[in-house]
Amino acid sequence: MATAIPSTLVVSPAPAGMTPRATHDPVWVRWTLTAVALLFLLFFLVLPLAAVFTEALRRGVGAYFAAVREPDALAAIRLTLLAAAIAVPSNLVFGVAAAWLIAKFQFRGKSLLTTLIDLPFAVSPVISGLIYVLVFGLQGWFGEWLLDHDIKIIFAVPGIVLATTFVTFPFVARELIPLMQAQGADEEYAAITLGANGWQTFWRVTLPNIKWGLLYGVILCNARAMGEFGAVSVVSGHIRGETNTMPLHVEILYNEYNFVAAFAVASLLALLAIVTLVLKALVEWRHAQSRQA
Amino acid sequence: MTLLRTCLLGLVLMAGARPGLAEPVLLNVSYDVTREFYKDYNAAFLAHWKTVSGGGPLTINQSHGGSSKQARSVIDGLQADVVTMNQAPDIDILATAGHLIPADWAQRLPNHSAPTTSTILFVVRKGNPQGIHDWEDLVRRGVSVVIPNPKTSGNGRYSYLAAWGYALRQAGGDEAKATEFVRRLFANVPVLDTGGRGATTTFAQRGIGDVLLTFENEAALIRREFGADQLEVIVPSASILAENPVAWVDRYVLKHGTEPVARAYLEYLYSDEGQELVARHFFRPRNAAILAKYSDRFPAIPLYTVDEVAGGWAAAQRRHFADGGVFDQLYRK
Repeated sequence: MATAIPSTLVVSPAPAGMTPRATHDPVWVRWTLTAVALLFLLFFLVLPLAAVFTEALRRGVGAYFAAVREPDALAAIRLTLLAAAIAVPSNLVFGVAAAWLIAKFQFRGKSLLTTLIDLPFAVSPVISGLIYVLVFGLQGWFGEWLLDHDIKIIFAVPGIVLATTFVTFPFVARELIPLMQAQGADEEYAAITLGANGWQTFWRVTLPNIKWGLLYGVILCNARAMGEFGAVSVVSGHIRGETNTMPLHVEILYNEYNFVAAFAVASLLALLAIVTLVLKALVEWRHAQSRQA
Repeated sequence: MTLLRTCLLGLVLMAGARPGLAEPVLLNVSYDVTREFYKDYNAAFLAHWKTVSGGGPLTINQSHGGSSKQARSVIDGLQADVVTMNQAPDIDILATAGHLIPADWAQRLPNHSAPTTSTILFVVRKGNPQGIHDWEDLVRRGVSVVIPNPKTSGNGRYSYLAAWGYALRQAGGDEAKATEFVRRLFANVPVLDTGGRGATTTFAQRGIGDVLLTFENEAALIRREFGADQLEVIVPSASILAENPVAWVDRYVLKHGTEPVARAYLEYLYSDEGQELVARHFFRPRNAAILAKYSDRFPAIPLYTVDEVAGGWAAAQRRHFADGGVFDQLYRK
């Protein structure tokens, strides 16, 4: 058996000689793979994006701005921003609270809570919308009571905000839970041992540790909140200038053969997405830097 | 948590603050091809309401979408003061499923509460390369016909019943022959879109099919949007009378106190001004004089009603379009 060890040592130079070849593929393989990836990106991302802007500008810059400044389009933009402005902060607060609870504490029903957080990801957005129709619709549980008391939830702004909040709920929590679990509770224990109270521990220890992950979650949450279609479509009622968000407005304009206006509003959504992506890249870069430091 | 409380408070405020503060609002829930018409009509009605009727300030809101989906939303609490649809079943359901209007709503206004009508015509490609002139040409081998799904769209239902009615009349009332004709027609349909607009896009933009069956007003719109030199409208020897019914929604107008204005809004559709506007947007007016004035855009062909060829909408629904009905049987290849 003793001879076995030298024999492997003798053989070992051969695999070692192969390693460079395994990590450095022939030039043509590398170029082909890169080209395939780039072509894929070109056809599935760049071209459709370019098509949106070409269609939007097909009848000139004047028609583009006329479509974007039309009162119904402005109302749709306002509503989209409003829904995001309410949904994102709510999910920020709920997400941090939920992630903190799950990552730092042990309690019964923890896995149930984790599952519930994932629920909006698991169900189709259309179902999310229908849930609210079943609860708040006239034929639903609270419908008659709401009608009697003049409170409009679905087919009005509150329903759109609710649906958006529901669909975007997991983003912040899902981003934070693995991060906080990886960090553990040691630093918090140390802070408490040194006399910090709960709030001080949260603001001075927990929050600085998660800030980049949190920002990343907020950006993703915001992107989805502004782009959400399915759930919002079910609860909107499509009242022009009142309950149409940008994605709904795009669909309606397209169905009315108003292609220039449809693509003009779509291009605004695309621009918002691009800004989001740039922000996301920036956050990732800063996060990587702060880790190295 | 204060942030959360502020958000919730804001939600409640927004929910509560809407009604009662501003001027009265009339919500017209309609199907998806009437936007241009009601844009003009609302302006005309507002002028009429303010001067002639001496009514106060008024805002008219519009909601457009697939006809049956819109009806569903009204049942679920979209507080429409008036509904303006393209087929009676989408208003009947407000009475049967929603208890929002009385079952005899169609008797409250003239002409079964349908101030406008339309019919199903054919749209073909430039030069009519397949030589399509009448219903018989649609069941020829190799002709590809685009019709939206009769189970989900008013457009598809009228197209189906138009073909059924034509075959029934040709065969002297022989229903077996009519069924066979409709079976052959749908054997030529390559794709069933869920709605009229989807079918139009399939035909005009994606270039699928030799002929599209659609409403007269939609055919006019398609030619305008996709180029009159690209597409031609073919008028068959006979077709169906598509009635576009309207109703005020009792439960919601009582709540909003908008019943007088909702009634006036719908009654004005029957006025000379209203019927003129209707005709200009390619819907057939009920007023004979105005129909005659626009005779160049409304070819006079025999039009049979749903009552005549299928015994009314309820019977047509049960017999043809319900699950396991005639359509399901003949489309199962």
